[in-house]
Amino acid sequence: MRPPSPGSPQQRPRRAVVVLLLLAGLTVITLDARGGDDSPVDPLRSAVGAVVGPVETGTSAVLRPVIGVPGFFRTTGGLRDEVARLEAENAQLRGRLATSEVDRNRAAELDGLLAGAKDTGYAVVPARVVAMGPAQSFSRAVTIDAGTSSGISPDMTVINNDGLVGRVIRAERSTATVLLVVDQESVVGGRIGSTMEVGFLRGRGEQGDDARLDLDLADQSVTPARRDVLVTWGSRNGAPYVAGIPIGRVTDVRSSPGSLSAQAVIKPFVDFTSLDLVGVVVDPNTEGDRPVLGAGARQEETR
Amino acid sequence: MTAVRAAILAVVVTLAVVLQVAGFSLLSIHGVVPNLALLVVVAAALVRGPDFAAVLGFLAGLAVDLAPPADHVAGRWALALVVVGYVAGRVRQDAGSSPVAALVTVAASSFIGTSVFALSGMVLQDPAVPVAEALTVIPLAVGYDLLLTPFVLPPAMALLRRLRPPQVAY
Repeated sequence: MRPPSPGSPQQRPRRAVVVLLLLAGLTVITLDARGGDDSPVDPLRSAVGAVVGPVETGTSAVLRPVIGVPGFFRTTGGLRDEVARLEAENAQLRGRLATSEVDRNRAAELDGLLAGAKDTGYAVVPARVVAMGPAQSFSRAVTIDAGTSSGISPDMTVINNDGLVGRVIRAERSTATVLLVVDQESVVGGRIGSTMEVGFLRGRGEQGDDARLDLDLADQSVTPARRDVLVTWGSRNGAPYVAGIPIGRVTDVRSSPGSLSAQAVIKPFVDFTSLDLVGVVVDPNTEGDRPVLGAGARQEETR
Repeated sequence: MTAVRAAILAVVVTLAVVLQVAGFSLLSIHGVVPNLALLVVVAAALVRGPDFAAVLGFLAGLAVDLAPPADHVAGRWALALVVVGYVAGRVRQDAGSSPVAALVTVAASSFIGTSVFALSGMVLQDPAVPVAEALTVIPLAVGYDLLLTPFVLPPAMALLRRLRPPQVAY
């Protein structure tokens, strides 16, 4: 290896390396962008996903209780042994409290999911969000800790106890990637609850409190009312979206003379920044390494 | 020995990529998380120069591109981090010594990296990144990266110094 010595006239090899790497980057981009659905990069993506996915699951499991408590790492000025011991004890108790709080919230979410599965009649596989794509990548996708081993495959609907979350776009053995409905590339068929009119919902790419979806109605004579609720319209065979899942509420209506259809702005029910427990809608007869919620609803009722 | 060094580097890069999606996702600001992979590349640039940093940037970028839940066209972060590694490496003579210079380098690198990524998205329409969103995300990303610099850059630089093959001091 060449020692990096500043000031030495070694501009040419440096440029060569960088130019080569830039070309390599462009080659990968071209391969992946041109490949479309059967991109040559996909096997590589699967391989990396199969390795990194479980690592993300583990990291998330370790860090969640710690990060969940603001001020967990607060330190005091005192350094005496006694203070240190008490602090350690305190931290331990706080950690336990935080974990129990997380557990309690998770139990409540699970209850909601179970109730939702019974209400809608869909069978769901529970899963947890373990990783979230950074906003710097301008793509709204998350990793969940269930994959093909639990019966999950691409183009399945993902919900939580508030409503529609997104759809599965890629599934590895133990993890899967979910494209959120707020992503710019996400299009969902929606139906206005009060009038049964249909339209298409597009994400804007925002994720926080100001996450919104734009609704284009097929029938331009219809003007959606504010506070109307939208549910999924559903597709053939329930892929990628099953019907009747609540999506959000109309917050704003605009109709511009130039556009063919009336436009409305929807605030989704789901809070996409605090996603934790989600359910993937599966066939009730799915057999995997996780229990399918809602599939055994009839047996439970007779109990 | 070289294999051990490569393995340690691979672990560091993987850790950065995993923490950035699985750890800091709980502390995100409007979905923006600190770009730890970028900070590791900047540290490499400050310690080892543009050549090494560009190579590490390519590999780290590819890891960001391929690790779930990434869904964009692969190679975009690789391209962005090669540029970051090269540019940061070119200015390292000043930045290696003073903390302020290091912070400026991180800010510039973060700006350049996120911008190159956003621009490649605009060119490829993958997804069509709106300028308004890019303009809010990029400053946030730069700010968050700066916030994490004092905690990430010194240990990363120390580690990379130890991993440097034995050579004549300059």
